[in-house]
Amino acid sequence: MQMMKVALSQVSPRLSDVKANLAMHLSNIEQARHAGANLIVFPELGLTGYWLKDSTLDVARTIEHPDICELIDASGDVDVVFSFVEETKDHRFYTSSVYASAGRVVHVHRKVYLPTYGLFEEGRHYARGNDVQAFQTNDVSMGMMICEDAWHPSVPYLLSLSGVDLMIIPSAGPGRALSGDPNSGSQQFWERVVRTYAQLFTCYVVFVNRTGFEDGVFFFGHSLVAGPQGDIIGGIPTHEPGMVVVDLDLSRLRKERFRTPLLRDENPYLIQRILARGLGDVN
Amino acid sequence: MQAQEICENLAAVARGVIPVLTAFLKDEVHKAGFSDVVFGLSGGIDSAVVAYLAVEALGKEHVHPIIMPYKLSSQNSIDDALRVVEDLDLTSKTIDITPQIDAYFADKPDSSALRRGNKMARERMSIIYDHSVVYRALALGTSNKTELLLGYGTQFGDLASALNPIGDLYKAQIRAVAKSLSVPLSIQQKPPSADLWEDQTDEGELGFTYELADAVLHLLVDERMSVDEVVEQGFDRELVQLIKRRITINQYKRRMPVIAKLSSRTMGIDFRYPRDWGM
Repeated sequence: MQMMKVALSQVSPRLSDVKANLAMHLSNIEQARHAGANLIVFPELGLTGYWLKDSTLDVARTIEHPDICELIDASGDVDVVFSFVEETKDHRFYTSSVYASAGRVVHVHRKVYLPTYGLFEEGRHYARGNDVQAFQTNDVSMGMMICEDAWHPSVPYLLSLSGVDLMIIPSAGPGRALSGDPNSGSQQFWERVVRTYAQLFTCYVVFVNRTGFEDGVFFFGHSLVAGPQGDIIGGIPTHEPGMVVVDLDLSRLRKERFRTPLLRDENPYLIQRILARGLGDVN
Repeated sequence: MQAQEICENLAAVARGVIPVLTAFLKDEVHKAGFSDVVFGLSGGIDSAVVAYLAVEALGKEHVHPIIMPYKLSSQNSIDDALRVVEDLDLTSKTIDITPQIDAYFADKPDSSALRRGNKMARERMSIIYDHSVVYRALALGTSNKTELLLGYGTQFGDLASALNPIGDLYKAQIRAVAKSLSVPLSIQQKPPSADLWEDQTDEGELGFTYELADAVLHLLVDERMSVDEVVEQGFDRELVQLIKRRITINQYKRRMPVIAKLSSRTMGIDFRYPRDWGM
């Protein structure tokens, strides 16, 4: 696939109301299909809302749950990235993002970095994912990370080693509006991160952030896509819900990686050697 | 850094908050199943800012200010409140609280100003909550961050509300937002007052200026400085200690009542749900 149409679905889920959010997801998938999108991406915990606390137990679903199956089934004509509280058979709860295509699950990413500081308390409820893996669908190589995962450069780095064309970051990023700028400080930081990763890893980066308020906490939206030169190629530059379809020209990657062969020159064995030696005094 | 400079910086960073605050009101009011809000309009800058934000967020027909003077309230305050009503083309209600306050204190003539002030604040809040039924409206809080941190307010009185759009803004930031919202100049420029008795001013009662309070609070709270570190910035130790003590001893006003824990799931301790649960 040389041209890929990605729908950024910047939504404001209803807190702990899976039925309502499922209906909203299905409706947006339909809308993306009409717009000719190949992929639609929903934000972190789009199916459940974020500030769940004890209601985590009520909204958690196994991947075989009928609600989740319904969403996977809806990926017939358009690939879907959605996120929910995934419960395993042994009753561990993860913040997961699923990549579904042609009615089946292609990949599940379980959030590996759970922020538990300041206003965040994810470590209280969720188990930590323990893998970061790229995957392939329709000849496109991709990787997912969820929100805080992207604040640890090791996560996109590990994905980049597989030469991914596209990194997808579903997020529930809260904004702190007192930055002196019409855009929140967090939004500015995220934009820098997304653009920098796109440029350093010569790939496309899709960042989809939710909107709305939960208990007064403001989610700032501003979903965007950056291209392999760190250029913004599309997005929703507001904190309002919305959807935009962005065209990704994957043929650009060939020229970019020839021009700036960072991927070719990357030396993971250097890291492997150092890690094998042990961090010693560094830690 | 001196207080004035800190307050100027605080004001400068508040520039982008209006769209976020209007979105907050719209989102939190609508998802609770309401369209309307009700609040006390005192003629001061805080409730005026709330009025302007609410109109921008919800539309004037959904905004219900109540003016609740006591016989000692200054005419200026009432006039300023009416100026807001007129400027925003609102329908307001004026309820004089003198009869019930005076009836209550008729046989308690020696009651302190504190008791009277608290009683008036609670009377007003009781009227606001009564009107939340009349208008099917949520009660908006009008306490700012400076007041909330200092505990300068009456528990279950002016501190009570369903939603507070301005509780994370210091007084200096409220002034900046008021300017952006074009709140009437007479309100922007007058000294803040709870207007509980004649010639009362907040700064007179607190014993320090809002500028000093904002600066010290900002350093203690947002910058997480110790008392010593704030003093090193050039602030008076006694003042810093006084403010630090006020923050600490008034924590109870910012929390729900403490419940004796007996079971495995106790409200406020380990029965943990978001306020917006089920909305």
